[in-house]
Amino acid sequence: MAKTEIKLTVNGEEVAGTVEPRTLLIHFLREQLNLTGAHIGCETSHCGACTVDLNGKSVKSCTVFAVQADGGELLTVEGLAQGGELHPLQAAFAEDHGLQCGFCTPGMLIRAQRLLRENPDPSEAEIRWGISGNLCRCTGYQNIVKAIRNAAQVMRQKEAAE
Amino acid sequence: MSETQTETQAETQTETQTATTAEREAALGGIGCDKRRKEDARFIRGQGNFVDDIKMPKMVFGDFVRSPHAHARIKSIDKEKALAVPGVIAVLTADDLRPLNLHWMPTLAGDRQAVLADEKVHFQNQEVAFVIAEDRYAASDGIQLVEVDYEELPVLIDPKKALDDDAPILREDVKDKDEVGQGPRRHPNHIFNWQSGDKDATDKAFDGAAVTVKEEMFYQRVHPSPLETCGCVASMDAVSGRLTLYGTFQAPHVVRTVVSLISGLAESNIRVVSPDVGGGFGNKVGPYPGYVCSVVGSIVLGRPVKWIESRIDNISTTAFARDYHMSCELAADKDGRITGLRANVLADHGAFNSHAQPMKWPAGFFNIVTGSYDIPTAHVTVDGVYTNKAPGGVAYRCSFRVTEAAYLIERMLDVLAQKLGIDKAEIRLRNFIKAEQFPYQSCLGWEYDSGDYTTALKQAMKAVGYEELRKEQAEKRARGELMGIGIATFTEIVGAGPSRNCDILGIKMFESCEIRVHPTGSAIARIGTKSTGQGHETTYAQIIASEIGIPSDLITVEEGDTDVGPYGLGTYGSRSTPVGAAAAARAGRKIRDKARKIAAHMLEVSESDLEWDVDRFTVKGVPDLSAAMKDIAMAAYSNLPEGLEHGLEVVDYYDPPNMTYPFGAYICVVDIDRHTGEISVRKFYALDDCGTRINPMIIEGQVHGGLTEAFAIAMGQEIVFDEIGNVLGASLLDYFLPTAVETPHWETDHTVTPSPHHPIGAKGVGESPNVGGVPAFSNAVVDAFAHLDVTHMPMPHTAWRVWQTCHDLGIDK
Repeated sequence: MAKTEIKLTVNGEEVAGTVEPRTLLIHFLREQLNLTGAHIGCETSHCGACTVDLNGKSVKSCTVFAVQADGGELLTVEGLAQGGELHPLQAAFAEDHGLQCGFCTPGMLIRAQRLLRENPDPSEAEIRWGISGNLCRCTGYQNIVKAIRNAAQVMRQKEAAE
Repeated sequence: MSETQTETQAETQTETQTATTAEREAALGGIGCDKRRKEDARFIRGQGNFVDDIKMPKMVFGDFVRSPHAHARIKSIDKEKALAVPGVIAVLTADDLRPLNLHWMPTLAGDRQAVLADEKVHFQNQEVAFVIAEDRYAASDGIQLVEVDYEELPVLIDPKKALDDDAPILREDVKDKDEVGQGPRRHPNHIFNWQSGDKDATDKAFDGAAVTVKEEMFYQRVHPSPLETCGCVASMDAVSGRLTLYGTFQAPHVVRTVVSLISGLAESNIRVVSPDVGGGFGNKVGPYPGYVCSVVGSIVLGRPVKWIESRIDNISTTAFARDYHMSCELAADKDGRITGLRANVLADHGAFNSHAQPMKWPAGFFNIVTGSYDIPTAHVTVDGVYTNKAPGGVAYRCSFRVTEAAYLIERMLDVLAQKLGIDKAEIRLRNFIKAEQFPYQSCLGWEYDSGDYTTALKQAMKAVGYEELRKEQAEKRARGELMGIGIATFTEIVGAGPSRNCDILGIKMFESCEIRVHPTGSAIARIGTKSTGQGHETTYAQIIASEIGIPSDLITVEEGDTDVGPYGLGTYGSRSTPVGAAAAARAGRKIRDKARKIAAHMLEVSESDLEWDVDRFTVKGVPDLSAAMKDIAMAAYSNLPEGLEHGLEVVDYYDPPNMTYPFGAYICVVDIDRHTGEISVRKFYALDDCGTRINPMIIEGQVHGGLTEAFAIAMGQEIVFDEIGNVLGASLLDYFLPTAVETPHWETDHTVTPSPHHPIGAKGVGESPNVGGVPAFSNAVVDAFAHLDVTHMPMPHTAWRVWQTCHDLGIDK
């Protein structure tokens, strides 16, 4: 099958690759770029384990072609921590026991960071709605919601201090 | 030694000695603290190592051609077009595996299962051919082009028709066999008949009963659906002859034995590794055709072969749970005291009997069905049958068939209460096994180790304001509104299990722990279980810390690599804490025993003069004279008494004397819209008693997760088939996995009744919330209609079904 060259920015770094038109973004990330944080849980965009941030929006990378990301700006869980310091969401997930098996966690974190950018002070109901595209089988969500609320508070305080 | 150094050392010594016992205990991070999880560091960074993350040089991908039919004869398979696809390397069929005798594999239940369909397919999506290609896209292309010619056969979907004279015979390969691994059978579609209890005494109890109730209940077929599907990477090293099999295994050591038995490879030439596993819930216990085909592929090609299920493959072919058609009767006196229980179950096991229970228990521990109640006599039968559905019958977040039993008895208590007009909490209080009756011998043969059910229920009733809720319900009923209060006061039976009656393929269900204490005072521990999210790296370290006085931060826990850890039976049936944690604690005590000898030598006193104090041995009556574990560790390698071996290492294999019996009292409150059938869970209160609590934070997380899975089962999950065996709804579009929006808020609570026979008194908790949660939800929904003489409503309680009930009752307008 004919291949296409794509170029994009992933976690702040410019990368290039050669893909088939049908190559899914998740496979490009995991198999060509070795960014295995995002996972595949359903291949039908229901579970959200493959969630990444593309051009400022949360997308399910199992139903996005790699070529659609050409020229785009991508953030994955691997790009959340900055300068060795955990993102407040990462710290809060560990502190509040917001994960168990860890399989949904990368997608959940990336979704949550977008949610908090759009709404820095979400209510519990807004958080639950905001992460409803991401399934977790282990935690029952309660501690995930708690972690996101606590991270939001930390982020607001940081913002105010700056 | 320079003067300064001496001074510093002396200061340090004084400092530690002045630290109080409580301070030193806190520094350990041992049993009972909310220690944050060690494993999180990698997961929050996306650095977990799951099976699909594994990449090896020259690795290829395998995927299955699956049957579109539920029952059909294979007339021919044409591989040519598939083999012509660029990137496709090989196509395996049963005929290719037959010379190796690998076209069938043994199941954990003594039956056998086709690895690749041998002449016939027995369920939709059954594995027919295995296509191996350079990448997953080419494998997918190849699958489309394998041409299989089928001759369709009559399909058997309804298990109630399985034993009819004119039922189609499904398993022609075993049709003349008197038994298929679990006792005598009476029809080619019959798998086993299992009985427990005293039939005559039970009949007598019913004959003389003041009141009897009967209900038919179907606990629907559901699927555990961990977020990560099943998969593996098989890598045969042609030079060394060693096979490494990475996979999503809840029981890696058992997998190694099974692979050896199936392949004929020496077990020493097989290494099985479970890397990080993305949830299990019973789905990842047994062997699947994908593992065998990957191993064969790797042996044949000399290249690593990866196989990863799609979600549809996962739901439609790998182990399902439940599918129990149950009929139950209770006999009672006029005050509602139960005098007898009778239960008959028809169990749909699908096309191959590949359920995962200890071998001697074809219906698992279903005979825990007398629950938390002092029932003098009971009789239970379970018949397993074949149908044209996917094989399985695993324990989906429960100990073997316990959730079916708990659902049945908890629903039946409500049925009896309604018949007699007794409050549903009161009927439980009247029938509970009393705290002073433990250890309690149940009429179906179990010895309950400990419990205090009355205290638990009373605490729960007080916490939710039970009386007020009932008052509110009465008022609402008067206004025509639907409000339900569901109670479940369940008892679990976990921790399989004692070697006298629990084994898999003859291997007793012990558990193991190896501890090595290093010279500088840290340690590594290996356990035969495998965490699939429960946090073993943290909790086992906490247990060992409390036993050996080394901080849990300095104890590394490893599981899942058969080359590294001692043999164990794995994680399922809530057995990690009852069995694995017991081995960990006992291994710790063995370390301490040797440490005591070394300490006596160091302090020049006799062993009997020493007492253990958190992290050190002190000389009785001379608390200032002590040897800290850290220093004992160094002495084990440098300053030993004569006659003692060097090192500080032990292995413990723990054979539990009994099962453990966690219990709980759950109360659920629902409001139901009679116009739409929509259910709103207003409150869910869960009190769990899992004995000694190792890490309350993790326990609470387990309870949240288990309750959410219970919610999913009670409210929406069901795998449905049409009359020709098409599985309807095997993707996440149709199969209900709740999102954060539907999932209720959980309130947790606890009592602590330690297990008297477990080394640290712990009982296991991961599965209790599922076992108790399902009947709590179901009881709440039915209770909303109790005043309208509704005694039972089948799960799942979807809005559509509940609306149908409203409609039938004429209250939907």
